[in-house]
Amino acid sequence: MRKVDTKEIENAIYEMALDAGVSLTDSCKRALYDARQIEDEGAAKFALQALCDNFELAEREKMPVCQDTGMAVVMMEIGQEVALEGKLLSDAVNDGVRRAYEDGYFRKSVCDPITRKNTGDNTPAVIHTTIVAGDRINITFMPKGFGSENMSRVYMLKPAQGVEGIIDAIVETVKLTGSRPCPPVIVGVGIGGSFDTCTYLAKRALTRDLGTHSQREDIAQIEERALKSINALGIGCQGFHGKITALGVNCEWAPTHIAGLPVAINIQCHCMRCRKEVL
Amino acid sequence: MKILNLPLTSKEIKELHAGDSVLLNGVILTARDCAHKRIAEIMQRGEVLPFELKDAYIYYAGPCPAKPGMASGSCGPTTSARMDSFAPSLLDAGLGGMIGKGEMSMEVRRAIVRNCRVYFAAIGGAGALYAKAIKSSECIAFPDLLSEAVYRLEVENFPAVVAFDCYGNSIYDQK
Repeated sequence: MRKVDTKEIENAIYEMALDAGVSLTDSCKRALYDARQIEDEGAAKFALQALCDNFELAEREKMPVCQDTGMAVVMMEIGQEVALEGKLLSDAVNDGVRRAYEDGYFRKSVCDPITRKNTGDNTPAVIHTTIVAGDRINITFMPKGFGSENMSRVYMLKPAQGVEGIIDAIVETVKLTGSRPCPPVIVGVGIGGSFDTCTYLAKRALTRDLGTHSQREDIAQIEERALKSINALGIGCQGFHGKITALGVNCEWAPTHIAGLPVAINIQCHCMRCRKEVL
Repeated sequence: MKILNLPLTSKEIKELHAGDSVLLNGVILTARDCAHKRIAEIMQRGEVLPFELKDAYIYYAGPCPAKPGMASGSCGPTTSARMDSFAPSLLDAGLGGMIGKGEMSMEVRRAIVRNCRVYFAAIGGAGALYAKAIKSSECIAFPDLLSEAVYRLEVENFPAVVAFDCYGNSIYDQK
């Protein structure tokens, strides 16, 4: 067994959160520069220019790229040969988040669902753990803004609807969201599993770099076809009309029941701030 | 690019058309979900609001805390559609206009036309750029709501696009 003090995890979360809040992933920056290049004149081009200026400024001055510094989503793949020591894992994660959101001057955006009273420190984080082979811990940290999260949907399709049904569901979701989630969006899709696992897969799909594709050829084709159809909608940056409505569609899959075809679509705005670390 | 000083006169509003890029200067007030609920409750009870609504411009936003030496933390717009149910009554009560992001309802659009007002779209996700356009920030109501409180912001050259003009046109309409 390899011993890991959860304090190490707390510190890793702290560093990842601080960095994520002020800078986009490299693949997201590239996608925005490309979009600015592709778009013609008009309000959409004006907005894309502002977005590029904004992420450059934020990174330079260590300011939050977006004021919605999000709910902290933490995915951990923990090797089963790891023995965790010290404080409770969830406490370690939340302590890292709490410190980062305070020290980074990030907005605290977490509240009680009924009273709407703010918890004051952006905790609790959304924590997903999976036990895997080995003695390492893979940590993914993603601040998730809610302007886009609100636009997400789950479809329980019939098996007969197949690939066409999946693509229709993805495109319909983006069409219905229109200008509201801060397009250009990134679309995470979970295909298969059950009602709950497809939503997790959709979120995990978002953490994959833009420009990469599913290793399964048939699923990579769904990604490409859906992206093409979304960009044909013409919604454009901020809903100001244009060629670029989405920067990418990423799909993850899992086996499902013979009676069903669950599809979850998790919408992410153009502000992808995911970080990955191995301990 | 039109440079505008808030509050706008009727003449200035009539010269604005959906899709125009503008730079806003003057005072705007932040208010989002929780603040709107409070404002509606106060108005329903017939009580006086803790700030002047007439000719005020509400910015649908909740800023990050300010770093030392800065007037405001990052402060881009939030999704306006969540305030659809509140905006018409505020416009009828004298609100000068709103700044947010994304489509709003037909009821809001009709209230904009009825009152000869304007709805501006700020660039969603450009929080750091907007922080630079904010020259001062002061919490003027509901401080317990933290980032959702009402902040009085003085802004300079705040970039926006006319989303709904006073003629009933919307930048979001299909071309």
